[in-house]
Amino acid sequence: MEGKVMPILELKNVSKIYNGSTKALSNVSFKVEEGEFISIIGPSGAGKSTLLRCINRLIDVSEGNVVFDGEDITSIKGRKLRQIRTKTGMIFQHYNLVDRLSVVENILHGTLGRKSTFRGMIGSYTEDEKKYAFEIIDDLGLSDQAYKRCDELSGGQKQRAGIARVIMQSPKLILCDEPIASLDPKASKVIMDHLLDINRNKNITCIVNLHQVDVAVKYSSRIIGVLSGEIVFDGPPSELTQEMIHRIYRSDSSDLITDVSGGLYEQ
Amino acid sequence: MSSKQMSVFKKRKYTYLAVFGAIAFLYLFSSFITKFNMEEGLIAFPNAAIWMAENLIPDEKAFERLPKIIDKLIETTLLSVAVTVVAAVFAFFFSLFGSKTTRINGAVNRAVRIIASFFRNVPDVVWAIILMFSFGQNILTGFFALFFTTFGLLTRAFIETIDEVSSSSIEALNAAGASFMQIVFQAIIPSAITSIITWVLFMIENNIRNSTLIGILTATGIGYLFDMYYKRLEFGSASLVVLSIVVLVIAIEMLSNLLRKVIR
Repeated sequence: MEGKVMPILELKNVSKIYNGSTKALSNVSFKVEEGEFISIIGPSGAGKSTLLRCINRLIDVSEGNVVFDGEDITSIKGRKLRQIRTKTGMIFQHYNLVDRLSVVENILHGTLGRKSTFRGMIGSYTEDEKKYAFEIIDDLGLSDQAYKRCDELSGGQKQRAGIARVIMQSPKLILCDEPIASLDPKASKVIMDHLLDINRNKNITCIVNLHQVDVAVKYSSRIIGVLSGEIVFDGPPSELTQEMIHRIYRSDSSDLITDVSGGLYEQ
Repeated sequence: MSSKQMSVFKKRKYTYLAVFGAIAFLYLFSSFITKFNMEEGLIAFPNAAIWMAENLIPDEKAFERLPKIIDKLIETTLLSVAVTVVAAVFAFFFSLFGSKTTRINGAVNRAVRIIASFFRNVPDVVWAIILMFSFGQNILTGFFALFFTTFGLLTRAFIETIDEVSSSSIEALNAAGASFMQIVFQAIIPSAITSIITWVLFMIENNIRNSTLIGILTATGIGYLFDMYYKRLEFGSASLVVLSIVVLVIAIEMLSNLLRKVIR
């Protein structure tokens, strides 16, 4: 291991205030090294989504700085911002695909940021791009769905298409906003395994918002706990104690569904 | 049931009673002011029906004029199609500035909505009367009168459509670094195209109907023909004009239903 690696992302005292009064984030600071798999956990409304969207500037921060890849991106605009965004992919809870287009067309959307405006408008893609798109489709097991319209897919398939779109983008960092919140356990595992695979084999840093503490513990190299817009925990999964989980979710002991070890009707 | 639950039901009962009472009062009050008499209206009905049956059934002379009527009908239809398509193109790009998801900034957003609302809420007949001063009794007057209302209405409709169908994919493409025009062509148009086509067909239908009235004012198209027959007291021919419009509108409605099924 090298002693000092430059962080790929750094948040310095980031705050977000909505409408001049509601404080969604206050004084959030952390550094992310390349190749990390970070889960952000916390109750609904804690500011997890806001935090993620401050990183790729879908939401403007009110105070503080965001430094990505050695560059302060806190207030960049226009073409510069779009260039940065090509390096940060995003995966959404509701997949955010264009439902009326085919899977392969949606995946090719990952290249738009690097294209000239006109070529992107008319959807003109190079042979290499198309070839790569179909490689990704194969990797994610979507070969039978490649030409189907996205509104014909199941939730798990849609999320895989979302991942494929992000891989197509070849980003340095992937932001995942509740990627498995609308999926069943089996599809959830497939999605998390794909994310881990991208993280390990393509060395792309992942930051994932999660509701499921057990999933966060299982997959991530580091967990950040957020409560009321503040970071209350930051460390490896092994340091995340039951007490800490209860503190993050502001609950008394044995009030959380993850605490139930056996079924209610088991003797 | 607790007394609180009971009071909720009681309250609802009183609300219904109050609403019914208010409607009844409004009817009586406005009838009194306008001296409208329901009974007289109903009694006059059979006589009116008999008059209609005697005069409004197209006669032989009316059918001789059918080629001329169809000719004017085609002219009116083509005008409506042209107006609606041109207005739709303008309205689409205008609505991009009025939509919440694609807006550039709040002030532009509000301005677009106010302008669209203004064009929409001035009736096309009023536009026709105003425009007649500048263009005279001309087909252009009809064109612009229909254009303004269609533009206003479609802008409003497209704003709603864009907000409804594509906000999530717009966010995704923004996050991937796509530019505004790329997002318009790769996300908004594919998502909204069915709604857009449906609205355009609806407006074509609407404009054929409205152009009859405007044609009376501007002495053009099918409206002129209707006005002329009516003033010559040739009610049979006038009613054939109306019937042919009805048939055309129904045909277009059926066509648009079919199209909607095909493009899904």
